[in-house]
Amino acid sequence: MIRVILPAHLRNLAKVTGEVSLDVDGAPTVLSVLDALEARYPMLRGTIRDQITLQRRPFVRFFACQEDLSLDPPDTPLPPPIRNGEEPFLIVGAMAGG
Amino acid sequence: MSGVRLLVGTKKGAFILTSDGKREKWDVFGPHFGGWEMYHLKGSPADPNRIYASQCSGWFGQLIQRSNDGGKTWEPVGNKFAYEGTPGTHKWYDGTQHPWEFKRVWHLEPSHTDPDTVYAGVEDAAFFRSTDGGQNWTELPGLRNVKSDLWQPGAGGMCLHTIILDPKNPQRIYIAISAAGAFRSDDGGNSWVPINQGLKSPWELPDPTAQVGHCVHHIAMHPSRPDVLFMQKHWDVMRSDNSGDMWNEVSGNLPTDFGFPIDVHAHEPETIYVVPITSDSLHFPPDGKLRVYRSRSGGNEWEALTNGLPQSDCYVNVLRDAMSVDSLDKCGIYFGTTGGQVYGSSNAGDTWTPIVRDLPAVLSVEAQTLP
Repeated sequence: MIRVILPAHLRNLAKVTGEVSLDVDGAPTVLSVLDALEARYPMLRGTIRDQITLQRRPFVRFFACQEDLSLDPPDTPLPPPIRNGEEPFLIVGAMAGG
Repeated sequence: MSGVRLLVGTKKGAFILTSDGKREKWDVFGPHFGGWEMYHLKGSPADPNRIYASQCSGWFGQLIQRSNDGGKTWEPVGNKFAYEGTPGTHKWYDGTQHPWEFKRVWHLEPSHTDPDTVYAGVEDAAFFRSTDGGQNWTELPGLRNVKSDLWQPGAGGMCLHTIILDPKNPQRIYIAISAAGAFRSDDGGNSWVPINQGLKSPWELPDPTAQVGHCVHHIAMHPSRPDVLFMQKHWDVMRSDNSGDMWNEVSGNLPTDFGFPIDVHAHEPETIYVVPITSDSLHFPPDGKLRVYRSRSGGNEWEALTNGLPQSDCYVNVLRDAMSVDSLDKCGIYFGTTGGQVYGSSNAGDTWTPIVRDLPAVLSVEAQTLP
């Protein structure tokens, strides 16, 4: 079970509160977690990554175990604490604007 | 008793303002989608409780929301806007060519007859259609065959911001793009011709009378006379009596002919409204006086409407989609400002009242006349 924390606007959009728990087949990666997330919550398609290129949106970042994984290849296996549910996978709206 | 519903899109959410036919007391609902930019909301003429809304953010991109109950509840529908084929390039600010990139939906125009059919004007400029209530979107790419390598973004982006469906001829559609100009289709959006003859842009274009490239800000039509169009260009207020084949300037005695919105009285096809703005570098009303100008002669002769509007120290703007009319008698007219005010008049502009004063910057206002 993978735990995912969404930014507030996307929690509202998906009509969820708190964390989201996802079943992901095999060794989870950013790619497989996002695939599972969008399958469960189709309204999130296009909000985290482009629907056509699948590239991460510029002002969205991915964190796990206090590491920024945003620039890692999307098929990189996530750290063990994410895989066993000890730590959440964080999808973060970047601090921007002013 | 009949009533009016105003659909207000702002920089930080959508608001719905309702009143009975007297239009004296208003209820305010919202924000819906708080924190998101709501570029445009519009109801279906065939089913007024079916409303489409464009929701976007610099972080999370574009969404389309749909309501089936007049805006009480909403559901996200399709948000995949894929250009047909290889999109190619258009002219960039510096004159070089730049790849076409989808950014947002500026305008949603539901069909006159089918609540499930809706058109979308997007940035970078293109024309999309959904026939399943917004679930799936398909580009009608013929528009981008019209010299689109010469189209160039205006200061607000290269946006398709105006869509007018001819109520008498379902094959005829007008659109406008900043900064490409106005275009007409006579085959339901498959092929297009530029309709910019008569426009003059000496400050913006190397060839002031070029076939494309003009910065058209908005176009309005009265449904009883779909061949007569009124345009607020970057500079100049224009009129066409032949479906856009030729335009003539009708700025007349306006204090400045720069501005964004233009609209037509619901019952008087020769009565039109604009909001003069000082200049393209000073986006606020001249002399700090917020004045709507009305012409009862289809242009050229204008009168200032000031009763109830701030006449000192007012430095707001009124954006292109932020003016709308209802079809009650007398005609109601409404506009929103970048200062967050929505003003309404229930007597065709003779007197004005602020309906709300402190919303986020208003991007769009659409009036629905309810039975």
